[in-house]
Amino acid sequence: MTTFTDTATTALQLLTELDPQLWSIVARSLWVSVLATGLACSLGLVLGAWLGVVRFAGRDVLLTVLNTLLALPSVVVGLLVYLLLSRTGPLGYLGWLFSLKAMVLAQAVLVLPVVTALTRQCVEDAEHSHGEQLRSLGARPWLRSVLLAWDERYALLTVLIAAFGRAISEVGAVMVVGGNIEGFTRVMTTAIALETSKGDLPLALALGLVLMSVVLLLNACISGLRRWRQRMDGAGADSVRGVLA
Amino acid sequence: MSAALTLRDVSVQFDTHMALHGVNLQLHAGERVALVGANGSGKSTLLRVAHGLLPVSGGHVSVAAEVHQAMVFQRPHMLRTSVLRFVVWGLWLQGTPWREAHTKAMHALERVGLQDMAERSARTLSGGQQQRLALARAWALQPNFVLLDEPTSSLDPHAKREVERLLTDWVASTQVSLLFSSHNLGQVKRLATRVIYLEAGRVLADLPVDAFFNQPLGDSHPEAHLFLKGELG
Repeated sequence: MTTFTDTATTALQLLTELDPQLWSIVARSLWVSVLATGLACSLGLVLGAWLGVVRFAGRDVLLTVLNTLLALPSVVVGLLVYLLLSRTGPLGYLGWLFSLKAMVLAQAVLVLPVVTALTRQCVEDAEHSHGEQLRSLGARPWLRSVLLAWDERYALLTVLIAAFGRAISEVGAVMVVGGNIEGFTRVMTTAIALETSKGDLPLALALGLVLMSVVLLLNACISGLRRWRQRMDGAGADSVRGVLA
Repeated sequence: MSAALTLRDVSVQFDTHMALHGVNLQLHAGERVALVGANGSGKSTLLRVAHGLLPVSGGHVSVAAEVHQAMVFQRPHMLRTSVLRFVVWGLWLQGTPWREAHTKAMHALERVGLQDMAERSARTLSGGQQQRLALARAWALQPNFVLLDEPTSSLDPHAKREVERLLTDWVASTQVSLLFSSHNLGQVKRLATRVIYLEAGRVLADLPVDAFFNQPLGDSHPEAHLFLKGELG
């Protein structure tokens, strides 16, 4: 118990004294995850919205694959990206391995199925519910997917937040492709794993607290978004549905 | 006179269920046709086929080149936008430039008495106001053929009267053709010039409104007779 108390006290000191090593790791983590989420969302939102509206042969197979990718282990993603970026791999000429770019790419690959699958579900539900009314106005599938995604923007914001949560909390992929190099590719999750194995529990706990705070902040954002949305839509409006339900 | 809308031997099948079965129909400009029948008789399916929202399993649907349709749904979905933009989007989707659409949309809102709510969120409107907004959007599109799927069924009596009044004014001012479904036989009497009775996806009676309500149907159209007897007591 004394060890735990000492560890917690030292961790809080590191946080409050703005320990440069700790905060550089936090900043790097946020930077990598924000970029990865942005990259994954720019592709996943478009792809998901499109899949939510169009019908074509093989769509069911594609959706099954997509939903399977939701459970993709992050170390497998790390391994695949490693193989792509290794010197003999197809993207080896980029020289990205063990860099922040490789970590961004790995997290983006990890998060892309999450964004695509949740967006697809959200837009497809909207299409079933009222896509017909947009078709009645002459909206073709592509335009309909854009309009429905826009109409579901608050639910999709939640998808974005969930994707960011998945990105910032993963450890396997960034460890494999980033190498956990101190001052260069070390992020919160890889640092926690390393410091725990080394026995430097205060730094690991301090990073853990920051990570938990980020997750807590994300949940607060979702909550605030839900309340704001309900207020905007009025009491008599449709009940909150989709991802926010 | 050539027909504005023609359905020739139209069938629609959902899996094993025949929603429409060999429907033959011609609608001419200026007609106001009511579709009546029990739930599941095929009224909504027929409206969707006529509007091109549902493909037919058999037969043929043809719409005259000069016909410009708009449809009003039983429960109009309110886009997450303002009352004004709800109408503007509809116009924009049909090719009206954004600025021109604003002017037309305001005019349409004035027509249904929602101009003071133009900046409000469309989702905060009451059921009756939402249906008036849906009418405003349809009206703004300046169609000459309007399809309405039970436009007042989910409204309270006051909102029902208001929507019906707007429809009556619309018909009187533009001679627009109507094809609408309704369970409200009083409304059918007031609005329609012709009544089509559907049962299990088949057209079993197609009569002028006077004949449908005032002539004995027992021998010529026994199913419609039973329906009317049940509905009117």
